[in-house]
Amino acid sequence: MSLDKNDVEKIAHLARLAIADEDIPGYAGSLSSILQLVEQMDAVDTKNVLPMAHPQDAHQRLREDVVTEKNQREHFQKITENVENGLYLVPKVLD
Amino acid sequence: MHSKTIAELAEGLKIGDFSSEELTKSFLQRIKQYDAELNSFITVSEDHALAQARAADELIAKGASSVLTGIPLAQKDIFCTNGIKTTCGSKMLDNFIAPYDATVIHHFNQAGAVMLGKTNMDEFAMGSSNETSFYGSVKNPWDTTTVPGGSSGGSAAAVAARLAPAATGTDTGGSIRQPAALCGLTGLKPTYGRISRYGMIAFASSLDQAGTFTQTAEDSALMLNVMSGFDEKDSTSVDKDVPDYTANLSQPLNGLKIGLPKEYFGEGLNADVAKVVEEAVAEYKKMGAEIVDISLPNSHLSVPAYYVIAPAECSSNLSRFDGVRFGYRCEDPKDLEDMYKRSRGEGFGEEVKRRIMIGAYVLSAGYYDAYYLKAQKIRRLISDDFKAAFEKVDVIMGPTSPEVAFKAGEKSDDPVSMYLSDIYTIATNLAGLPGMSVPCGFSNKMPVGLQIIGNYFDESRLLNIAHQYQQTTGWHKQMPEGYK
Repeated sequence: MSLDKNDVEKIAHLARLAIADEDIPGYAGSLSSILQLVEQMDAVDTKNVLPMAHPQDAHQRLREDVVTEKNQREHFQKITENVENGLYLVPKVLD
Repeated sequence: MHSKTIAELAEGLKIGDFSSEELTKSFLQRIKQYDAELNSFITVSEDHALAQARAADELIAKGASSVLTGIPLAQKDIFCTNGIKTTCGSKMLDNFIAPYDATVIHHFNQAGAVMLGKTNMDEFAMGSSNETSFYGSVKNPWDTTTVPGGSSGGSAAAVAARLAPAATGTDTGGSIRQPAALCGLTGLKPTYGRISRYGMIAFASSLDQAGTFTQTAEDSALMLNVMSGFDEKDSTSVDKDVPDYTANLSQPLNGLKIGLPKEYFGEGLNADVAKVVEEAVAEYKKMGAEIVDISLPNSHLSVPAYYVIAPAECSSNLSRFDGVRFGYRCEDPKDLEDMYKRSRGEGFGEEVKRRIMIGAYVLSAGYYDAYYLKAQKIRRLISDDFKAAFEKVDVIMGPTSPEVAFKAGEKSDDPVSMYLSDIYTIATNLAGLPGMSVPCGFSNKMPVGLQIIGNYFDESRLLNIAHQYQQTTGWHKQMPEGYK
């Protein structure tokens, strides 16, 4: 699979990454060569193979649905300036 | 004092040859002396270290100490440290003062260990040469024109130059074993789930595992004793008893069955490295081990499968860096989307962006089956190869890296050739198995690592096998000129 400028722009948007125009050809080239490497997988028949999501095929642990964390909002918000009245500030979303 | 192992330093502290404060000051002094050149630390936490050292000296005086009490260590800057800058090698986290401790850090604090500082690393642990760090590349103390390996290159360089007696690392595709090999150290990546990932900044969650850089297997056992164990804060932590990893170190190796996979000795392996590794295997034969030829037929698929799975998980994990609650935020965003895109575009380096984009692509609509699902199936085949091998042998040996440390800049413009540096280590992560790298000789005056791969939760045996080798050989005691 070879990616062109449009593909890179589309992927960068999906990943919410601002990529400068002059950097796009470089990314198109390196992403294409990585996809070429990855496509070595195509030579293998995996029709009856179960996908493996966890090294020990373990399942997600369950626990009682109870509160285990105490509220540390002030502590966590001390590391940013973009807060007001306990809320994070972001650019206006609605006019 | 600086060339002693953890075990030797612990003995010195216990009998009062020196205090933890003296020991800590001597390592801080070495960091000042040598690290301007090596760049192995991002943050040196001098005041914090000295306070910890004085507290440790009090514990030792009271007779309330354990083995690691008062031992100075370096921590990879991927572990969150409460009140201390935690960057993961990225501009994105240059302003991040972690508000809590990783479980690994908590365990070391409980044991009374001293943290000298946070070590340099490839940005978000993505790299094999420590050249992708926002804080500049790290130099290999054996030859400062070469790389120390990565991603835990700072930890490896710091221990190799004896700026710390030992350090932590993390290994997602070889990030402990490869730099350990390139810097002449003993590196251990335990079984997936053995050590808590809580507070360890996530790269690829189904592969990431913390481990150790030490001078000896014995030191690795001492650290693993402290780091291991179940943690309910990590959903993939395994609830399994932690043995005393030092208990079996002295067992003889008579009858041990060592498998040599033919795929690890084929094309692509430097001939001189192959020779050094074969000599190490011959040494094991002398010690009573039986050598068995085996095959891991799907080995060639491990790099391709990894470069789907790891980027996919990274693109998901790194979506948390959005400029809202912590980390880098761009100047004057015009709207929310602009803030997301520019904060991420400006905050992440090139390799991280590349992997996020590969991950976003392979997970995007229409491509999931062809890439991600296919890779997860290949992962099963690779894991099954190991299962079949462990029916026949106790451990698997081979080279850790196909070559010794390469020149800085040699591969940094070619991601695929960089990815192939981890060709012998990645399969272990995909299968979730424990692996080690042990110094086993030199090629062109640069260290070579022997990789030892074990079955699940067989760290005791790996450490035993490495320890026995270190009783009859002296490769692990070699130090780079200029740092003695």
